[in-house]
Amino acid sequence: METPEMIPVAEFCAIHQIEGGFIDSLQSVGLIEVTMVEDHPFIPAVQLLRLEQLVRMHFDLDINLEGMDAILHLLDRVQNMQAEIRLLKNRLRLYETE
Amino acid sequence: MEYIDYYKVLGIEKGAGEADIKNAYRKLARKYHPDLNPNDKEANKKFQQINEANEVLSDPEKRKKYDQYGKDWKHAEEFEKARASQGNQQDFGSFDFSGSGDGGSGDFSSFFESLFGRSGGEPRGRRGAFRGQDYNAELKLTLADAYHTHQQTFTIGGKSIRITVQAGVENGQVIKLKGHGAPGANGGPNGDLYITFVIEDQPPLKREGNDLYTTTELDLYTAVLGGEITLDTLGGKIKLKVKPETQNGSKIRLKGKGFPVYKKEGEFGDLFVTYTVKIPTNLTDKQRALFQELAAS
Repeated sequence: METPEMIPVAEFCAIHQIEGGFIDSLQSVGLIEVTMVEDHPFIPAVQLLRLEQLVRMHFDLDINLEGMDAILHLLDRVQNMQAEIRLLKNRLRLYETE
Repeated sequence: MEYIDYYKVLGIEKGAGEADIKNAYRKLARKYHPDLNPNDKEANKKFQQINEANEVLSDPEKRKKYDQYGKDWKHAEEFEKARASQGNQQDFGSFDFSGSGDGGSGDFSSFFESLFGRSGGEPRGRRGAFRGQDYNAELKLTLADAYHTHQQTFTIGGKSIRITVQAGVENGQVIKLKGHGAPGANGGPNGDLYITFVIEDQPPLKREGNDLYTTTELDLYTAVLGGEITLDTLGGKIKLKVKPETQNGSKIRLKGKGFPVYKKEGEFGDLFVTYTVKIPTNLTDKQRALFQELAAS
């Protein structure tokens, strides 16, 4: 089954039982992008995972918009560092004695 | 199976009120939530415990049963029977916590399941549709396995999954199989399956990125006079010309004879070969005399 490239905001909100205003807030601070198609807002499918993550952070963990913004920056750094550690560990194996 | 002190898990007193439980849970969830701790199995495990404790203590009915039967959970079978008769098989949580990936349910401890049944009861909370939990699994490959594009079949959560492993996959690399985690509830999407590749070196071959490193022995005469040797590589045997007067520890680079570049068919890294020159032992008298002659010349 192919994943649709754009997901209607209304459908996403209905499934997650959240207000459309939350998506507007995320868009206003630049945390997600919303595209208008024939006057209806859509979310690009590539952002779905991030959006679901933001929904969990806000509604389940009580983290506000500014906090989420900071966390996403830090998570990016953590993931970059994890990738670097992986690379360095693999390189280190070259010099380890049997 | 051991008794789990859910109050201790959340760090609250037995008489804690609803607000205390909520606060304690949120505080710990913010610390251990899988979204905030990517690739951290310990945090995910801890989060699962916190989630389970919250599931019990924030539900007055479950809390009452737990307080009444908790320490004596072996006599609480009637609850399980009652629960089973409801035929409810829904996930309770709204988090996509990491599963064990070992094919078990992963959601609850055995203690919880013995007290409340496998499903844990009705889902609660903000949303009706719940995403299924994510599974994490490790797939061990030899260097030779990772050298070729091939298929692997394994079982996760009772389902048989076949994946194509692309040549050049790296040690520690994680791939995501969308929708292959635990099923969602109430129309929610399935969780995802994360597979981490664990690739072991295959001595004397070692890998760094797309390059391979190996060592090979040269007898003294080939090192001094030059010659031809055969080298075993992952791509098969290759013939190598050895230059005269090759030094011990010298290194050569064989372009394009290393590891395949991930998802770039026909592209390969390089193979670095280090020569170790083997000094002959148990010399005959004649050989010793010849060496002495050489030394004096």
